[in-house]
Amino acid sequence: MAAGPGGLAGTTRLERAFREEWGAVVATLARRLGDLQAAEDAAAEAFAAASVTWARDGVPPNPGGWLTVTAWRKAVDAHRAAGPRSTSVDPQVLGSVTADARTAPDIAETDMTETLGDDRLGLIFACCHPALAEDVRVALTLRFVAGLTTREIAAAFVVPEATLAQRLVRAKRKIRESGIRFTVPAPERLAERLQSVRAVVYLVFNEGFASSSGSSLIRGDMCDEAIWLGRLLHRLMPGDAETAGLLALMLLHESRRAARLAADGRPIPLAEQDRSAWNSALIAEGTAVLDEALVLRSPGTYQLQAAIAALHAAAGSFEATDWPQIALLYRALARVDPSPVVEVNRAVAVGMADGPLAGLAVLAPVLASGALAEYGPLHAAHGFLLEKAGDSERARGAWMRATETLDNAAVRDELLRRYVEPRTENPGRGVENGGSAP
Amino acid sequence: MKYALLIYSQLNADEYGAVLDATRQADDDDGPWVQYTRAARDAGVLVAAEQLTHDDTATSLRHQGGDRMITDGPFMETKEHLLGFYLFDVDDLDTALDWAKRMPTHPGQTIEVRAALAGLPWQRALAD
Repeated sequence: MAAGPGGLAGTTRLERAFREEWGAVVATLARRLGDLQAAEDAAAEAFAAASVTWARDGVPPNPGGWLTVTAWRKAVDAHRAAGPRSTSVDPQVLGSVTADARTAPDIAETDMTETLGDDRLGLIFACCHPALAEDVRVALTLRFVAGLTTREIAAAFVVPEATLAQRLVRAKRKIRESGIRFTVPAPERLAERLQSVRAVVYLVFNEGFASSSGSSLIRGDMCDEAIWLGRLLHRLMPGDAETAGLLALMLLHESRRAARLAADGRPIPLAEQDRSAWNSALIAEGTAVLDEALVLRSPGTYQLQAAIAALHAAAGSFEATDWPQIALLYRALARVDPSPVVEVNRAVAVGMADGPLAGLAVLAPVLASGALAEYGPLHAAHGFLLEKAGDSERARGAWMRATETLDNAAVRDELLRRYVEPRTENPGRGVENGGSAP
Repeated sequence: MKYALLIYSQLNADEYGAVLDATRQADDDDGPWVQYTRAARDAGVLVAAEQLTHDDTATSLRHQGGDRMITDGPFMETKEHLLGFYLFDVDDLDTALDWAKRMPTHPGQTIEVRAALAGLPWQRALAD
């Protein structure tokens, strides 16, 4: 594997800077070569050269420029050594590469650093292209945009490293051979393609926030990666409201990380979380980013979800939360992006705002449709509302159903402990959305 | 880059025959496929296009241990049949996908978009 910078656990500032530089070099080379494999190889060689040269001569004044130009020359060398026919890169492109490096080696540096923002965006759009399978988009983005190693990504998604490496090889070949470009899509395609990019980032975040495959509820490293990607995307596309909304949403969820788990790993319901343990800096940042987004007057699902999270963050207690406003926001969300999952969350909000019977009325059609029969949070919400309505017997059945359908072991065990095994003494507290980011 | 837009359909031979009869009888000079083909030609991106007979009339030649066996039928019996293709010369996959999206649709139709390789030795013979 090529220079795989950065340890996942406890990423230091230096590692992060190193990975960022690596990502920038790969982005610039990929865009010019049209080939991720060639870009990765050249970047690896440039970083290897840096470790020798910088140790001997000191770090150059513009390390990024040095690395990019060195990688560029390595790519040209690789092309020359391999001969024109054996190359995987479009011969036309490399023809211009060779001419460029020969005639104007000094122009290259300014040229390349000037287009860096576009290069990085182009790489993100290529990695998240809808012609690639969703899990492949996630793996490519973590590898080439966030700069994680194949081993780290394989560990995070609990797949064998060889399997993941194979997927990446195939994906790189597909990008090259099928003509997926490392460019920002044309305006008429931008909205659709951006949606795919945001979805990939949010998938990474949810993988960290409520792992469906791991045994621990929060794998924070993936949350860090997703927020880093979200910040990068927001920085590159500051005028896109939903991109800002996504970043705000992730920051606001992340602000509760420390309060979501007890010392022994048990999940703590939103109602019982120690709100003083919420990260006020993240709340302030998330709220500010959301305000920026709302000013752009281009509403969407991420902004609505972020607004809901912001209302939770602003509330002094579970009871003092602005539930009527949250119920309204869920209604708006259901209009933009109708789904039974949204209805479940809306039912809880309505239950808090207008009483449990009103909430149960919202939930009734979802229960009747059977669409979410295997969705644990539905039954948890049902149990919560029944309990609140004073119907403990039926509530207990709903909790039982919830434990049967939740696939997150930590949340399931907590539900069992609270509601099913002993008779509950403290009704009216739902485990927060069964562990998924709402 | 050249892209083949391969049109697969779930029509069986009888259904396909009926569709073809109807198409011939209508003799429509401004139907959706005519419009589509005209638009592609006018955009200067259309290299070739063909519509095929149903694959139940296919003949396959199989190589087995040095023999060439002629068999009656397609390479593989499948529910979806390759019934035609457009060959486009466009800049990238996104543009090829745009043309695939614009194509008239039938229920059960799938368009497979495949890029063509370039610069292979045999292709020089085409230019001779």
